[in-house]
Amino acid sequence: MSVADIHIGEEVHHDEHHEQSFIQKYIFSTDHKMIAKQYLISGIFWALIGGGLSIIFRLQLGFPDMSLEWLRPILGKWITSAGKLDSEFYLALVTMHGTIMVFFVLTAGLSGTFSNFLIPLQIGARDMASGFMNMLSYWLFFISSTIMFVSLFLETGPAGGGWTVYPPLSALPQAISGSGLGMTLWLVAMVFFIASTLLGGINYITTVINLRTEGMSFSRLPLTVWAFFITAVIGLLSFPVLVAAALLLVFDRSFGTSFYLSEIYIGGEALPNMGGSPILYQHLFWFLGHPEVYIVLLPALGITSEIIATNSRKPIFGYTAMIMSMLAIAFLSFIVWAHHMFVTGMNPFLGSIFMFLTLIIAVPSAVKAFNYITTLWKGNIHFTPAMLFSIGLVSFFISGGLTGIFLGNSALDINLHDTYFVVAHFHLVMGSASFFGMLAGVYHWFPKMFGRMMDEKLGYIHFWFSFVGIYLVFFPLHYVGIAGFPRRYYSWTNFDAFNSFTDLNAFVSIAAILTFSAQFVFLFNFFYSIFKGRKAPQNPWGSTTLEWTTPRIPGHGNWEGDIPKVYRWAYDYSKPGAKDDFIPQTVPYSHTPESNLPFENELAKTEDVSPVAQDAK
Amino acid sequence: MLNLIIVLAVILIVAILIAIFKVTTLVGIAKGDAKKPEPSNNKLNATLLALFLVAGLFGFFYYSFGGLDEDFVQPIASEHGLITERLFWITMGITGFVFVITQIFLFGFSYKYQYKKDGKATFYAHNNKLEVIWTAVPAVVLAVLIVSGWKAWVGITSPAPEGAEVVEVMGYQYAWAVRYPGDDKKLGDSDYKKIDVTNQMGIDFSDKASFDDFIPLELHIPKGKPVLLKIRARDVIHSVYMPHFRMQMNAVPGMPTHFWFTPTKSTADMRAETGNPDFNYELVCNKICGKGHFAMRYVVVVDEPADYEKWYSEQTPWLKQNEDYLSQVPAELKEMAKIAAGIEAEEAEIVNIDNALVSTN
Repeated sequence: MSVADIHIGEEVHHDEHHEQSFIQKYIFSTDHKMIAKQYLISGIFWALIGGGLSIIFRLQLGFPDMSLEWLRPILGKWITSAGKLDSEFYLALVTMHGTIMVFFVLTAGLSGTFSNFLIPLQIGARDMASGFMNMLSYWLFFISSTIMFVSLFLETGPAGGGWTVYPPLSALPQAISGSGLGMTLWLVAMVFFIASTLLGGINYITTVINLRTEGMSFSRLPLTVWAFFITAVIGLLSFPVLVAAALLLVFDRSFGTSFYLSEIYIGGEALPNMGGSPILYQHLFWFLGHPEVYIVLLPALGITSEIIATNSRKPIFGYTAMIMSMLAIAFLSFIVWAHHMFVTGMNPFLGSIFMFLTLIIAVPSAVKAFNYITTLWKGNIHFTPAMLFSIGLVSFFISGGLTGIFLGNSALDINLHDTYFVVAHFHLVMGSASFFGMLAGVYHWFPKMFGRMMDEKLGYIHFWFSFVGIYLVFFPLHYVGIAGFPRRYYSWTNFDAFNSFTDLNAFVSIAAILTFSAQFVFLFNFFYSIFKGRKAPQNPWGSTTLEWTTPRIPGHGNWEGDIPKVYRWAYDYSKPGAKDDFIPQTVPYSHTPESNLPFENELAKTEDVSPVAQDAK
Repeated sequence: MLNLIIVLAVILIVAILIAIFKVTTLVGIAKGDAKKPEPSNNKLNATLLALFLVAGLFGFFYYSFGGLDEDFVQPIASEHGLITERLFWITMGITGFVFVITQIFLFGFSYKYQYKKDGKATFYAHNNKLEVIWTAVPAVVLAVLIVSGWKAWVGITSPAPEGAEVVEVMGYQYAWAVRYPGDDKKLGDSDYKKIDVTNQMGIDFSDKASFDDFIPLELHIPKGKPVLLKIRARDVIHSVYMPHFRMQMNAVPGMPTHFWFTPTKSTADMRAETGNPDFNYELVCNKICGKGHFAMRYVVVVDEPADYEKWYSEQTPWLKQNEDYLSQVPAELKEMAKIAAGIEAEEAEIVNIDNALVSTN
């Protein structure tokens, strides 16, 4: 697409072409760390495309009179003869922005990267339970990515029915040109994507359950691993339903069935389909779609828990409560899906039930937010870039989470549904918060991934532009949403009710462009630091978890010699009496009598401090 | 040429930025930043977080209370709209309070507990009492919101009152069509297979209730009377959204939906209230439906009840406007159709028609 994207494309190829002799190491690798990096680089590539698409449609929304003729070299016939963006391609942009960001960046890029990288390192395993499956998972994702990428260049355009691809719009090429080949490729890509997610998820779950090192009980797992674990379970239970939804849609599109189609007259003819229900698709889609929100968000929250505790030099507040709230969120996420459908004509009684269940989710979410804040209280805070991004995440999580209380209320949703209020809500709580979690994770674990440090000052610049920029983009959208501006509108000038806020929309677009530009600072920092960054110490952040006991650049198998044994939980920061302000998980209680709590002294008596008996093999 | 200059300028700027970056990195190494226990610029970042809090809250209050050029609340014109609007602002009050407090704590703590050389964090892993409190309090507050929301929802979605004005609204790519039941106050059947270029709504003329149905070019509704919209779509999903009435309901092909509400202000009232002589209520599509999604505007007119009755009685049945479609009426109902639609009958047939009327009554 844009110059910068091609640049990243080259980075991907860089690995492929120049390291041919190391195919096993860099391409068809079964090493979880390499696979994590593959996911990360792919995720960054997709984030640039997804973000770039949003900038194009923000230009249209912010500056409807602007000539976009200069985009013709890239967009070709999607720029009309009047120099404007084609209104159908506008919808395709919106659709692909959503699809890419939700699935390819925040699901694959976030879970794929950090679950793969951190689970074995933090639980003390040599690798994933099945390295081969893990490799397969990445390459299915790669196939999916390729197909989705190709669909961007089709003559009829990529899928254009919104990222939720509701039929009949997505089922009928007569209705929108994106529902032709573009939609077919979308569906095929998604099926590969889901297969990839499932393979990855099964691996994460098995690894966490079976490959924990000695002493690493579930109650000693870092919250990151808990989050990845729960995320994988949610994914495993919900993604198959999306396959079902997609498959039925394929049948309706290609084989003349009527699962979602009924009584349709389009393009001058009455279709023969009878008896289907478009609402059935929405139920199936949101049965995945809502858990998906948490598939995106929970890993980010897990990463944040770890980073906030480390950099506050304090144990995470309410470790058990954090796990309980994640479990509660995971459970509830499966029984709230129909709050996306309050105004579809669904039985109002169901609406009542789903309103009730939806608003309950606010309770565990609130607990999490309070616990983060209390973790900061009386800390000794180091503002590393990762820490700043984590604080930013908590801020977004609160701002965006609170507006969910409006939208989860079916009576209020009548007026807010599908307006910019929704856009503002989920971009803050799901989009930006998860994106910040991903960035925080990159800044925090970069030393372990590449053995070098990222530049802090560039990190600060990146953070401040992104943080302020994102608020400037999404906060004003609440006002626009309360005024009832519908989302997915190419322009609002047709309506008297929506002829206001032109300045505000221009402002939002400028803020979006600035925020997007700031990401190039990150890109430079990231790739520059891989090769030229300052060499990282073994444990740069003074962290307690196991990954920091590996060598600077962990080789295959992660630990030279025996796998370390775990004696304590992951959050012994600033323990009273201890010499340092952190005690790694590998230090037995019997070595730290000066800082032990009474019950820990009891444990110390029964501790077995001999090395791990044998590698599980 | 201009493009070339722009490209060169960008390259130059990037080069300068990279040079600055390298210089500062080298200076950092010379000063031994990496060996310091705290991250560089810790104090600066803490201060910026505090500044962000102050500036952010100022912006939030300033723009929420009149700082914007435009009003971001559309005037309300329905009975249930008043209820939901009240609920909206109660929710806003509660969440706004939580928002401000939590952000103050988040950024305030960040600033206050920034790294100090001799500082030591407090080992404070949990406090059951505190956690119970902040689980219980949100639960109670949410219970209140749930109950009030549920009450409003049940009221809004309850069956329409007897005698509500029934209007059918149909969405299609990319426009709306509305149909009134006519003098008999009964909407005739429709069948999507009967749709053609003229009969856009697929009126089924084998149903005698359809003979007097009329299809105007604007949606008229009476002020102060409940209006039941029967909603359907004929191609893809659309959504009937009227922001001033705080009403929205999807139009789904194959699954008719409905929504009832009571308008409280006529178009003229609204023109006076907003001071905009050109004000019109609008019906908006709010579910992505294709290329023209952003242009599905339909004018809604709220009349005083008397004006509404007058307007209603002046409308011409669709069948009369399109007499060709008499051919679709079953033979035995033809005469009745002519009468109901007000089509001029030939003298000779009048007697028969009278008979027909008697027999059907």
